[in-house]
Amino acid sequence: MYRYDHFDQRLIDERVAQFRDQTRRYLAGDLTDDDFRPLRLQNGLYIQKHAPMLRISIPYGQLSTRQLRALAHVARTYDRGYGHFTTRQNVQLNWPHLEQVPDILAELARVEMHAIQTSGNCIRNITSDHFAGVARDEVVDARPYSELVRQWATLHPEFAYLPRKFKIAVSGATSDRAAILVHDIGLQLVRGERGDVGFRVAVGGGLGRTPIIGHVIREFLPRAEILNYLDAVLRVYNRFGRRDNKYKARIKILVKERTPEVFRQDVEAEWEHVRGGPATVPAEEFERLAAFFTPPAYEQLPGDDAGYRSALQDNRAFANWAQRNLHPHKVPGYMIVTLSLKKTGIPPGDVTSDQMDAIAHLADRYSFGELRVSHEQNLILTDVKQSDLLSLWQQLKGLGLATPNIGLLTNIICCPGGDFCSLANAKSIPIAEAIQRRFDDLDHLHDVGELDLNISGCMNACGHHHVGHIGVLGVDKNGAEWYQVSIGGSQGEDAALGKVIGPSFAADEMPDVVSRLIETYVDIRHDDERFVDTVHRVGIEPFKERVYAPTH
Amino acid sequence: MPRLIRRRAIAEDASILVRGAATLADVPEGVPVIVPLRLWLAERAALAARGDVGILLSPSDDPMALAGDVATLALIAIDFPSFTDGRGYSSARLLRDRLGYRGELRAVGDIQRDQLYYLAQVGFDAFALSEERDLDAALAGLRDFSDGYQITQARTPWFRRRDAGISP
Repeated sequence: MYRYDHFDQRLIDERVAQFRDQTRRYLAGDLTDDDFRPLRLQNGLYIQKHAPMLRISIPYGQLSTRQLRALAHVARTYDRGYGHFTTRQNVQLNWPHLEQVPDILAELARVEMHAIQTSGNCIRNITSDHFAGVARDEVVDARPYSELVRQWATLHPEFAYLPRKFKIAVSGATSDRAAILVHDIGLQLVRGERGDVGFRVAVGGGLGRTPIIGHVIREFLPRAEILNYLDAVLRVYNRFGRRDNKYKARIKILVKERTPEVFRQDVEAEWEHVRGGPATVPAEEFERLAAFFTPPAYEQLPGDDAGYRSALQDNRAFANWAQRNLHPHKVPGYMIVTLSLKKTGIPPGDVTSDQMDAIAHLADRYSFGELRVSHEQNLILTDVKQSDLLSLWQQLKGLGLATPNIGLLTNIICCPGGDFCSLANAKSIPIAEAIQRRFDDLDHLHDVGELDLNISGCMNACGHHHVGHIGVLGVDKNGAEWYQVSIGGSQGEDAALGKVIGPSFAADEMPDVVSRLIETYVDIRHDDERFVDTVHRVGIEPFKERVYAPTH
Repeated sequence: MPRLIRRRAIAEDASILVRGAATLADVPEGVPVIVPLRLWLAERAALAARGDVGILLSPSDDPMALAGDVATLALIAIDFPSFTDGRGYSSARLLRDRLGYRGELRAVGDIQRDQLYYLAQVGFDAFALSEERDLDAALAGLRDFSDGYQITQARTPWFRRRDAGISP
């Protein structure tokens, strides 16, 4: 993975010093609340319901075991011994003390981590495919490109005070696991006719109050031009994005109001001025970055490990886990392992410090000392030998990290919601838990099959409810918490937004609502049809009828 | 006399900012003035003849409107009604890079020390802070960072300098 040099490290250290001084001035009364707010937000620090919340950046979801141990230490020393992994591949601490945040950042800087631009109206953490570098369907490894974009975005002087937050995702595979079409900019790495690498550029996608699928404004951008082009998009947005209404300030509104075609022309005109200029990236820089992401020392293994095969036959629980939580690897004899952070009763995405230390130990032992965070709020060991899987599974089970539910209904994406977040209209974690308890029968869960259930506690859509096959949105009605349900959303290359089925529900109705949706699906599905495909085939009516039918 | 930061030092400046000037009658005589772009465009000949007139750009003003003037202007100010409105950063880049403006580029309005480093990077060389106290401390804000990755008015991208190890 990428390692800092003196230059990178110095910038991070200077940021810590700057924030330490800002915090000191705030606590001394020299900076007002209003003046400090944008400064602390640019460093990931929110003032929440109970305490500040600190969001720590995990660039494109890649993490070393050294960094994970540092997170465990920080959570134990400065917080309550756990962290929450988010849908943007970051990690959040829910209970730090404001006056200790500079010390936390200094500890993180020692392991090449920071909280820069994890919040505020600026360019946020770059997200990417959590299987980058090991996926079988990869066209181009997205990590070196994500790192290039990360560096460009970090402390960018021109774009620190944008109309609104700005999110960029990069994918280099045919399956889009980074949800690039629901980002302000979605970059798809592609190969041109002569095999040269470039980007297909989509802009103006996003969730939140006005969910929109991104528009492709350039089918092929030569990779050397990427920073010039990003500067052009951001400059058009910075100058012309709406600042009169925060709900209309995202780039998607600008693209919509100007029309994608006019917006494209604006960007291309701006790009013409900087095209081929000093920010054009030389081939040597791509090579330098790529060298950080060379494959680890894989062993030459036969395609299938006999021990693994027989364990699959003999051990049903192991086979269940393997079916759901393993993905094929591009190297024979290796598998990609997803550690489920979705055990029933644990808030989705939460991991204790002790678990972090244990996971770091397992990643060192079985997966070359690195791991990934997925936007589905799980952790991933990318390079595990088949012959190690049984032993790894047994240890993960002991840690509560082997729930065999990846891709299934109980792998719920969920924001922190009203229990923690001051923006939320409603709680989300208890809803997730109630649904998980309803679907605790593993055979039934496997029979229902692939299903993304996403829950957001408010319009801001941190739980990506619009793109859930079933989406749940917390809404406020006269001070009471209600839940609006949509179906038919999906993420990835066939991204679609869910449709609301009707009036919202009380919290205690939610497990029944989901049960009725599932019963409807099971009744009318064709053979191998997934829930979402059934919804797309028949529409929402049959589901709606069943859910709102009077109970007797 | 009001004080500001200019070329990394504290300086005095007598110019009067007439944000609301709508006609020539609103513009005081005998002192250097900074007038809104709109008035400049309407009364260019009369104002240019004074020889002591600077232009104020609001966040929504198009800096390209000054394409014919940048060679002769000695002072352009960009207004930040709120420091969280970042349009002026792009305006500065356009004035410097696209139009080749070489005179003083002054940030005025809601400007504090925590914005100075980025402002200097995009091409500002003068800063009229919202509060004049602590100008010495504010000067330190210009040194919050020693360098950066991106191309700016002040530097080429780091990847073009890395091998030589050159700092700006």
